[in-house]
Amino acid sequence: MNHWIIAPIVLPAILAPFIIMVLRHHLDLQRVFSVAGSVGLLAIAATLLAQASTGEIQTYELGNWPAPFGIVLVLDRLSALMVGLTAMLALPVVLYAIGSGWDTRGQHFHALFQFQLMGVTGAFLTGDAFNLFVFFEVLLIASYGLMTHGGGAVRLKAGVQYVTFNLLGSTLFLFALGTLYAVTGTLNMADLAVRVAEIPPEDTALLRVGAVLLLLVFAIKAAVLPLHFWLPASYANAPLPVAALFAIMTKVGAYSILRVYTLIFGPNVDATEGLVGDWLLPAAMLTLAVGAIGILGARQIGRLAAFGAIASMGTLLIAVSLFTPDATAAALYYTAHSTFAAALLFLIADMVMERRGGAIIPQSPMAQTGLIASIFFVSAIAMAGMPPLSGFVGKLLVMDAARHVENYATIWAVILGGSFVTIVGLARAGSLIFWKSHDPAYVQAEVVDEEPEEAPAPAAPEPYPGLAFASVFVLVAGLAALTIFAGPATKYTGGIAAQLFAPQDYITAVLKGEKE
Amino acid sequence: MEALFASAVGVLTAAGIFLILRRRTFPVILGLSLLTYAVNAFLFATGRLALNAPPVLNKYKEVAYTDPLPQALVLTAIVISFGMTAVIVMIALSAYLSSKTDHIDLPLAEEAGEDE
Repeated sequence: MNHWIIAPIVLPAILAPFIIMVLRHHLDLQRVFSVAGSVGLLAIAATLLAQASTGEIQTYELGNWPAPFGIVLVLDRLSALMVGLTAMLALPVVLYAIGSGWDTRGQHFHALFQFQLMGVTGAFLTGDAFNLFVFFEVLLIASYGLMTHGGGAVRLKAGVQYVTFNLLGSTLFLFALGTLYAVTGTLNMADLAVRVAEIPPEDTALLRVGAVLLLLVFAIKAAVLPLHFWLPASYANAPLPVAALFAIMTKVGAYSILRVYTLIFGPNVDATEGLVGDWLLPAAMLTLAVGAIGILGARQIGRLAAFGAIASMGTLLIAVSLFTPDATAAALYYTAHSTFAAALLFLIADMVMERRGGAIIPQSPMAQTGLIASIFFVSAIAMAGMPPLSGFVGKLLVMDAARHVENYATIWAVILGGSFVTIVGLARAGSLIFWKSHDPAYVQAEVVDEEPEEAPAPAAPEPYPGLAFASVFVLVAGLAALTIFAGPATKYTGGIAAQLFAPQDYITAVLKGEKE
Repeated sequence: MEALFASAVGVLTAAGIFLILRRRTFPVILGLSLLTYAVNAFLFATGRLALNAPPVLNKYKEVAYTDPLPQALVLTAIVISFGMTAVIVMIALSAYLSSKTDHIDLPLAEEAGEDE
């Protein structure tokens, strides 16, 4: 058995308690170990990516119990890509948290951060539906701690809403799993795929209920309209570097949709044929529309970034909901792009917020305004999907994949219209924050006009501003690399899509041919 | 027995949802607890209801047995939901203590972050 597969879960799982129990009074050591853990995770993820790129599907049987009786971890190209993305996002975010001093504003930031990584990588690697639930809970419970990190009345209240919403989601997840277990008698994903295909079509009413319940759960995670209400208030009120890490959490929802509805309820299963795509496509288009309008209407830069995340989930899920290999490949490319772009926007928002408060109104210029303005410009280009960055390539791929669909005109119109509104919204925010602030007449007039803005609380000094900027530039470099190496990247995502739409290989790899 | 069990799950779920829609945090947390009771009972029943049957196979003679897996799942679910309830109680308490109100909704201005 290949023990590399469990390494991305075990490493943070050991590191986090170690940080809590041994290093709790040594912030410097916590930082060293947390960064080292993130680098280690990156190395493990690179190894896994290299192993998965051969196209072989490897499994890891926990406790050596053969599937479907024990829990299996499965490494295929999709899992490897998602673990890689997690690791690539984690390193800049943890560096930023150190550089901006966010990790000093409360206790246990680094331990919670590692637990969060454990949950996310576990969710990407597991091949068992109930184990997926458990890893969802691991990542959620860590995210509750991270979301309320630093405290404050508003943040805690937003935290209560966030926790309530997610507990409801977890309950729904359990109802869905119970329904599926009652019908099929298994929760191993590969085994589920086999059993679901065997059920005669006239007995599938309960199965369809289970499939739709499961879709609702993943839609909550992915912030699909109308289940997106938790996202803006929670992300905008969370510490924004944490929100940057949460950019991968919505992707967990998208990943689960992709995994479950290609493997278990795939396009070839009669019982659920078209069920998911038909619902998901309009919902995804509405998500994009609402995200774009939210960007335009945001009066606070944290909410702007949160709606940016929603809009990019909309584009991503439009591609996912088509369930064709081309569209899935495009969706995966866009996943990588949108993870980096959303995280970048959140980090920039944090820089702005720390220096001048989050309101999108002209105020006297802040420190380093030129540098921050240019990075905001880059992140806005990426988020809106304009050339030359990878958002443009991603949207082009999605639209190209939608070309053969019946109602492609609607999809194109929504994507293009959404991009336009996003561009206007980001341009408006950028010019108000960065340009108008330099216009003395305008600033004066505004101040007279409005209530005198409460001076932003004196920000804690940034211990290492250089580090904060460096981590932002790492994300920019990631976006640039994704653009320059778009060719190899699309080839790789094409390989993932091919693997996803041939689920027989996955089933054979997990069940070792026992069920054939 | 099935009808009784099913209606118990249904009533628990309905009461839970009703409480979750209240405006203050305490009833919301109670509602979440009721919902988790409902889902635990529901999970328990997914292995079919059986009376006086052990959750193990007997290799010496054919006896009735009940599916052990849902029991293991329920155990996991109970532990997780218990932990989660503790977490939300703590967060709700600190939110109450720091804002002096236990309303669940954010005031509109604060939601827009305008006091920041």
